[in-house]
Amino acid sequence: MAGVELKNVVKSFGAVTAVKDVDVTFDEGSFTTLLGPSGCGKTTILRMVAGLEAPTGGDILVAGKRVNDVPIHKRNLGLVFQNYALFPHRTIGQNIAFGLKYRGVSKSDAATKVKRALDIVRLPGVEDRYPTQLSGGQQQRIALARAIVIEPDVLLLDEPLSALDANLREEMRVELKAIQHRIGVTSIFVTHDQSEALAMSDKIIVMSDGKVQQVGAPEEVYNNPANEFVASFLGASNILDVTVAGSDQDSIALSTAHFGTIPVPRSRATNLGDGSSGRLVVRAEKLQLVVPGSKVTGVGAKGTVEAVDYQGQIARYFVKVGDLQLQAMNMIEGRPFGAGTEVTVQINPQDCSVLPAEVK
Amino acid sequence: MRAWGLIRLYTILVYVFMFAPIAVVLMLAFNNSQFGGFPIEGFSLRWFYKLAENEAIVRAFKTSLSLGLLTALVATTIGILASLALVRYEFRGKDLITTMLISPVLVPETVLAVGLLIFLRWLHMPRSFLLLLLGHSIIALPFVVLVVQARLVGIKKEYEEAARSLGASPFQTFLTITLPLLLPAVFAGALFAFTISFDNITATIFWRPTGMETVPTQIFGMLRNSVSPEINALGFVMIVITVGVPLLAGALARYFARKKT
Ligand SMILES: Nc1ncnc2c1ncn2[C@@H]1O[C@H](COP(=O)(O)OP(=O)(O)OP(=O)(O)O)[C@@H](O)[C@H]1O
Ligand SMILES: [Mg+2]
Repeated sequence: MAGVELKNVVKSFGAVTAVKDVDVTFDEGSFTTLLGPSGCGKTTILRMVAGLEAPTGGDILVAGKRVNDVPIHKRNLGLVFQNYALFPHRTIGQNIAFGLKYRGVSKSDAATKVKRALDIVRLPGVEDRYPTQLSGGQQQRIALARAIVIEPDVLLLDEPLSALDANLREEMRVELKAIQHRIGVTSIFVTHDQSEALAMSDKIIVMSDGKVQQVGAPEEVYNNPANEFVASFLGASNILDVTVAGSDQDSIALSTAHFGTIPVPRSRATNLGDGSSGRLVVRAEKLQLVVPGSKVTGVGAKGTVEAVDYQGQIARYFVKVGDLQLQAMNMIEGRPFGAGTEVTVQINPQDCSVLPAEVK
Repeated sequence: MRAWGLIRLYTILVYVFMFAPIAVVLMLAFNNSQFGGFPIEGFSLRWFYKLAENEAIVRAFKTSLSLGLLTALVATTIGILASLALVRYEFRGKDLITTMLISPVLVPETVLAVGLLIFLRWLHMPRSFLLLLLGHSIIALPFVVLVVQARLVGIKKEYEEAARSLGASPFQTFLTITLPLLLPAVFAGALFAFTISFDNITATIFWRPTGMETVPTQIFGMLRNSVSPEINALGFVMIVITVGVPLLAGALARYFARKKT
């Protein structure tokens, strides 16, 4: 078991710089997720830790030792791919035992270890089958078993759940997290699915365009996005232009074009001076739609529902307030608002966070 | 409808024209007549016995067989390595090398034959079995590369990466993962190489050292004197080898594939 550290790591493919000066640590025994949109360099980082790509610059440390020049087969890592990559010409038993052979484990010990690994992934007794005789979810469990049976220092997972269908994916993510917790292996998990990241991680590293945007615990990243990118990537957010109108001990008054003045708690609007402009972030699920005339908590504004995306227990509304297009995710009590309905859109100042206006 | 009828007739005639000579050779091989032609006078295996007693033919047969097997070995080995480099690695001049490897298919064989011969003259090297082997390997290589490359593209590189992450060195990865998955293509390539070498005549005539005969050149030589019925028997044997071996290999491959799943 060991922690992993990236120090000013850069990776270029010809003219494309896929990873730009990334400086992060993956704590020993923790489950860390690299989250970001397609092409932001997540896989590239994982492959550099694995030793499948050499960094153009910077250092990679495993357990405090620089591994830049250690070839992959000497790194003792577990690797799990999106498409499982089980050896099709070998049985499940042979697949799992593959790595043990190179670690000098005797045949009988290997058989015991394989059996134990199959128990851990809850697929006992499939040793003699071939990969194609298993379902996608089962194959992914075998791939996991094959990676953990060698007791790797670090477990690397590149979108291991994205080839599975929705139900299985949710089931597997609970199970995967439980297995990781049980064996306590340092894990680096790559995904572009924010709900996966939020559900599984001890720590999330949000990336965009080869750069780290924010590092933090799931609730931290979700509730206090460091910038607009993080705010809009993690769930739907509404972003409003604001200027600081004044402040007192507890709150800062932000004036908006449509909601009047919003008194946001100081803790949520750090380093904004009087007169400066900023951006107010309100998550879609914190934007509440109510029948016009009802009592408003916080601030409110008149709006019109433009479209409804009905999702069972909740509905996603697209609302127009003046020239502002907003999104609201609300629990449905009774019947959802239909398109064209006049509503009052309310914002609770406690639910806002404020970012400095981004310098374009 | 009339037009389709004509096309059908025409197609049948083309096939008859192509396959009739082969059928004739196959039939006449068993003809119990002094001359290698019609009419058929009865069934006999005498020409096959004659064939086995003909030392020159047996020698030519052995030459062809070892030449074919060695060509298969050399072309397949080089073909696998070349395909690995071309599919799995990026390097400068890749397109040029691909073109060069494939070009023996495109260049007329006579040109290739003369070219290699002139090159050897220039090096002051005599014609030899080794030269013949080299030449046949060059001719067979493109087919091996094409077949192996096609298969290699279909083998996901994640298999190899997974193996290496589990502790296998690059060479161990090749032996335990890549090669076994590549095996059908390797067999097909080797068969191609063997067959191509076994019935090559144009280039062989240019390259063989004096006194050395392969089966095709031997037949060619015998034909200059007369059409001996032995040649029909020899033709039969060649057809069986060049058609039968690939069919057998295909059947074996299917059998093993079925056993596995
Ligand atoms: N071998 C390569 N050669 C050239 N460019 C590459 C190579 N691998 C990755 N890139 C580029 O680097 C960038 C980052 O790619 P990477 O695969 O790390 O993205 P990702 O975050 O994993 O995306 P996805 O979610 O789609 O898997 C992309 O612009 C990609 O085109
Ligand atoms: Mg990726």
